[in-house]
Amino acid sequence: MKNKDTVRVISEDKLVLQLYVSGMSPKSMEAIENIKRLSEEHLAGAFELEIIDIYKHPEVAAEQHIIFSPSLIKQLPLPRKTLIGTLADTEKVVKALGIQFNGS
Amino acid sequence: MTMVKNNSLPKTPSGVSGLDEITTGGFPKGRPVLICGSAGCGKTLFAMQFLVKGITEYNEPGVFMSFEESASDLGKNVRSLGFDLEQLKSENKLRIDHVHIERSEIEETGEYDLEGLFIRLGYAIDAIGAKRVVLDTIESLFIGMDNLSILRSEIRRLFRFLKDKGVTAVITGERGENSLTRQGLEEYVSDCVILLDFRVIDQIATRRLRVVKYRGSTHGTNEYPFIIDESGISVIPVTSLKLDYESPTDVISYGLSDLDSLFTLNGLYRGSSTLITGTAGTSKTILASYFAMASYKRNEPVLYFSFEESPEQLLRNMDSIGLNLRPAVEAGLLHIHASRPSLQGLEMHLLLLHKLMSELRPKTVIIDPISSLITIGSSSEVRGMLVRLMDTLKTNQINALFTSLTHNNDNVHSDPTVDAVSSLADNWINVRNENRKGTRERSLLVVKARGMGHFNGKKEFAISNKGFKFKEDNL
Repeated sequence: MKNKDTVRVISEDKLVLQLYVSGMSPKSMEAIENIKRLSEEHLAGAFELEIIDIYKHPEVAAEQHIIFSPSLIKQLPLPRKTLIGTLADTEKVVKALGIQFNGS
Repeated sequence: MTMVKNNSLPKTPSGVSGLDEITTGGFPKGRPVLICGSAGCGKTLFAMQFLVKGITEYNEPGVFMSFEESASDLGKNVRSLGFDLEQLKSENKLRIDHVHIERSEIEETGEYDLEGLFIRLGYAIDAIGAKRVVLDTIESLFIGMDNLSILRSEIRRLFRFLKDKGVTAVITGERGENSLTRQGLEEYVSDCVILLDFRVIDQIATRRLRVVKYRGSTHGTNEYPFIIDESGISVIPVTSLKLDYESPTDVISYGLSDLDSLFTLNGLYRGSSTLITGTAGTSKTILASYFAMASYKRNEPVLYFSFEESPEQLLRNMDSIGLNLRPAVEAGLLHIHASRPSLQGLEMHLLLLHKLMSELRPKTVIIDPISSLITIGSSSEVRGMLVRLMDTLKTNQINALFTSLTHNNDNVHSDPTVDAVSSLADNWINVRNENRKGTRERSLLVVKARGMGHFNGKKEFAISNKGFKFKEDNL
């Protein structure tokens, strides 16, 4: 994961996202659905998304300072943002990720 | 853990010296404990000591989750207390997880939980087999968050999680305006709540501790002073709950045969307390010094608290009446501790006394004069302190001698300082000066001696370069 990050620094503007979920919890599933829908509607492939289950990687939770679940971290472009919750508030998500609405 | 009685809650030692006596055994085992207090009252230190002592003294590994200070800051802050966190970490006995939240980066976009925190905590606990956990200060989580109801229910779940894990957890909380903690954590942690306090009264700072709540256990309800020094936090449970000390029957010499002869048993009971009252210049310090000398002659250590004279001055002055205390000092049996009474609060003096007592294990303690202490506190505070002091001395069967300066030659009973001590003291000797035909006549009177008869008349005495002596032609 870390290696990939350093490579990606070169490609600017591209959204680099990590979604930290806790197993198959309803909130986690909802967040996954929401980010997938959003990215299909507004991003059209110009992004990288990694989904990490903190149950399987508890050490990563500490490294990445994750306490809220689900947490979507926008690593790039800077500034870094942490979106906590199910990502149900589309307006907030879009604004925090800096996405322009397609056709709106 | 020997204090745990049948049927009572299992307890775990807190690692804070003195606290286990107040709580009859320590913290409730496997349950959360809330430590609350305002900023700077010592919460973090308290929590850290619980963890570090748990490791070093009870072999219980611990996890410290810090919501405020980083691991390296924590390490630096407690280094002065002799806690080497790096060493403990390398031995896999301690884990520090700094929960760092950058508020400006966070957006709430829907429902969430604290599973990340649970996982980190569970991971850290399992990794080292932790028995103790500290969350310092979990309320930081609430700062800047919109949806507080989620956090509240998650915190509730967190405490259940900690109980299920079987760890004894210390949770710190900042004091709120109308509640013990800002977020009302005391409602969730219902087992044991301890309040720390840092107050400045009359320009003297005192730290205090109170057990607000301890479900299923008896505990002392008073406010107890505590100190933070190079060996960490110590609480002195100054009032023992019972009056059950032993009363020795053997008699010791006062150190002056003249004085001994006034008592039917030719001396004082071991472990009794003696009060010497008198106006200025009635040779109270001289009488106290003889008492110190007597202890030295018995080859017993003596602790002399001098609030008016420096050790050197005391030695010089006693030399002038032929009482050479220097050999006692050189032999390490006489320890003179001189300090200004107003330098510290009453409780601090008391704590210092406790500390010196546990270090030097004196058989005799002299406080010269105790009235200096009395002037720095309110009368109820002073009385409370004296009761606790007498208690401690009695429990340890230490011979105690207090001098007290009075201002009224004739009616000592009305003097507030005397009033505070006299009923507690076992023996009371009043010394006085009288102007008779242009000369000063010194005399003393034994006012009381518990448990033995005593001479009831006035005895005149003289102080010369050969010391204290009753006058031949005594009345």
